[in-house]
Amino acid sequence: MSNVILKIDHVTMQFGGVTAIDNLSFEVEKGSIYGLIGPNGAGKTTIFNIITGNLYPTKGRVIFEGNDITGVKPNKVVYKGIARTFQNIRLFKSMSVLDNILIGFDAQANYSYFEAILRLPRYFKHEKIIKQKAYELMDIFGITQFADSNATALSYGNQRKVEIARALATNPKLLLLDEPAAGMNPNETAELSEIIHKIKKDFDLSILLIEHDMKFVNAMCDKLTVLDYGENIFEGKPADAIVDERVISAYLGDFTNA
Amino acid sequence: MNKFLRNIILIAITIYFIYYAQNHFDSYTLSILDNIGIFAILALSYNLINGIAGQFSLEPNGFVAIGAYFTAILLIPTDTKLDMFALVDPAPIILQMKAHFLPAILIGGVAASFVALLLSFPVFRVRGDYLAIVTLGFGFIIRIFAINNPAYTNGAMGLNDIPEEANFLWIGIICIVTFLVMIHVIYSKFGRAMKSVRDDEDAASAMGINTFKMKTYAFMTSAFFEGIGGGLLASMLTTITPDQFSFLLTFQLLIIIVLGGLGSMSGALIATILVMGGMEWLRFLDDDITIFGMDLGAHPGMRMVVFAILLIVMMLFARRGLLGDRELTEFFKKKSK
Repeated sequence: MSNVILKIDHVTMQFGGVTAIDNLSFEVEKGSIYGLIGPNGAGKTTIFNIITGNLYPTKGRVIFEGNDITGVKPNKVVYKGIARTFQNIRLFKSMSVLDNILIGFDAQANYSYFEAILRLPRYFKHEKIIKQKAYELMDIFGITQFADSNATALSYGNQRKVEIARALATNPKLLLLDEPAAGMNPNETAELSEIIHKIKKDFDLSILLIEHDMKFVNAMCDKLTVLDYGENIFEGKPADAIVDERVISAYLGDFTNA
Repeated sequence: MNKFLRNIILIAITIYFIYYAQNHFDSYTLSILDNIGIFAILALSYNLINGIAGQFSLEPNGFVAIGAYFTAILLIPTDTKLDMFALVDPAPIILQMKAHFLPAILIGGVAASFVALLLSFPVFRVRGDYLAIVTLGFGFIIRIFAINNPAYTNGAMGLNDIPEEANFLWIGIICIVTFLVMIHVIYSKFGRAMKSVRDDEDAASAMGINTFKMKTYAFMTSAFFEGIGGGLLASMLTTITPDQFSFLLTFQLLIIIVLGGLGSMSGALIATILVMGGMEWLRFLDDDITIFGMDLGAHPGMRMVVFAILLIVMMLFARRGLLGDRELTEFFKKKSK
């Protein structure tokens, strides 16, 4: 059995005449943290949307644990074991932190609509179990004291934590993090990387993350791919990426012709 | 368990009040209470699809009509049907349909719910404003169907001589059941999922929520109780015509749930009492109006103007309604903290 959990196999995505992703391939190893970086508009989030089934690629396949999951609907992809967070935090605004996280446990609460309406024992049993699990999860992230407050009343950093906790609640094998450190101060970023390392170990996760903060990427990722205009311009260790000429020119402009 | 006991006591008191009212109140007061009860059933169920699941649909008049017609046809005796259908002879199936009161309203509810299931496939392919337009169209279709198929519905003349079996006891108890079902749905994983669909549909599906299924559940549950409400309405009024189920009915319900706060069931209950009670109280506006000795004449429908203005004022100054999206009990919880 191969050690690859996610394989992006020659994926091309075109929007009309624009090629957002051009023949991209990479593999995420089980238990690793894989980085996806690149300038704005390089197609990083598009890749996430293809993996989670929000977009269907023009060409190529997405292989997860040896199964082709190209074009599987977003809510079904979750059951396969892939959970995601969003670039601009997307919590359920009218709901409490606890309810937000309980949404992630939805599939694990195994009672029917009629059992809920008639309040049969299974309703109480399963609600109790998932509530307990939600509190355990909130403890890990240190957000238990906010359980009953409205999700949007929290600070930016805490909202991120709620979002990651919500994704973890779905019991994923692969976690997709879209710019988790965006808008955080250095302290919060340091705390976040600690938490990510911890949950990776505790939940036996593989992580694919998009990030701009190179320091964060350096500290986190085992391996990364640099995208520029949808093309794979570098693949390897983070330390090598920051000295690679093509990567530097993609970020800072091409100095050779200047 | 303390809470459980409290709820049981509350329900017992309410049922006792309903029972007492049925036996001691005069028929005028009872007719107002009947009206409030039926509109509470309709508003509560409409609030599920519109407030909780956040699908801005304008269809309740359609489902109420379906429930009302099914119940009416099931309740009216065969001989009366033969006399009543003046334009064309009633279809054989119409003559065969016959049921007691409770099965009749339940069949009305199930029929509305089934139509909701069929309707959900085309309707939930669109979101937001488009959904409103599509569901608005559905209400018109039902009405036009009722007018143009006299063999089934007696056309524009409608059905009358419906046995008056709905009393305040029935209406009140069904209203309690509706309220309990709605609360039980809301405080379960299904209610949470419906709210998540309302807040952010894409994020909900990214968490494994089948958004189409949740919308359909909400839609069917709504339709079921709207159908039952329609059946009660038919049996209470003893006569129904297609024009009764115009968009105005939906508009009235919309005022109620917006006033109470979208997504708040207790808000919907309070708002129903305010609006339906207000309708009765403002009846003088429909009579002759004399201002400074000038006779302006009677303008039926003047009452609705008041509610239209109320809706505008609310949209400007109190968009979240009386209770917002919270339940009454949650306010007390906040205080004790």
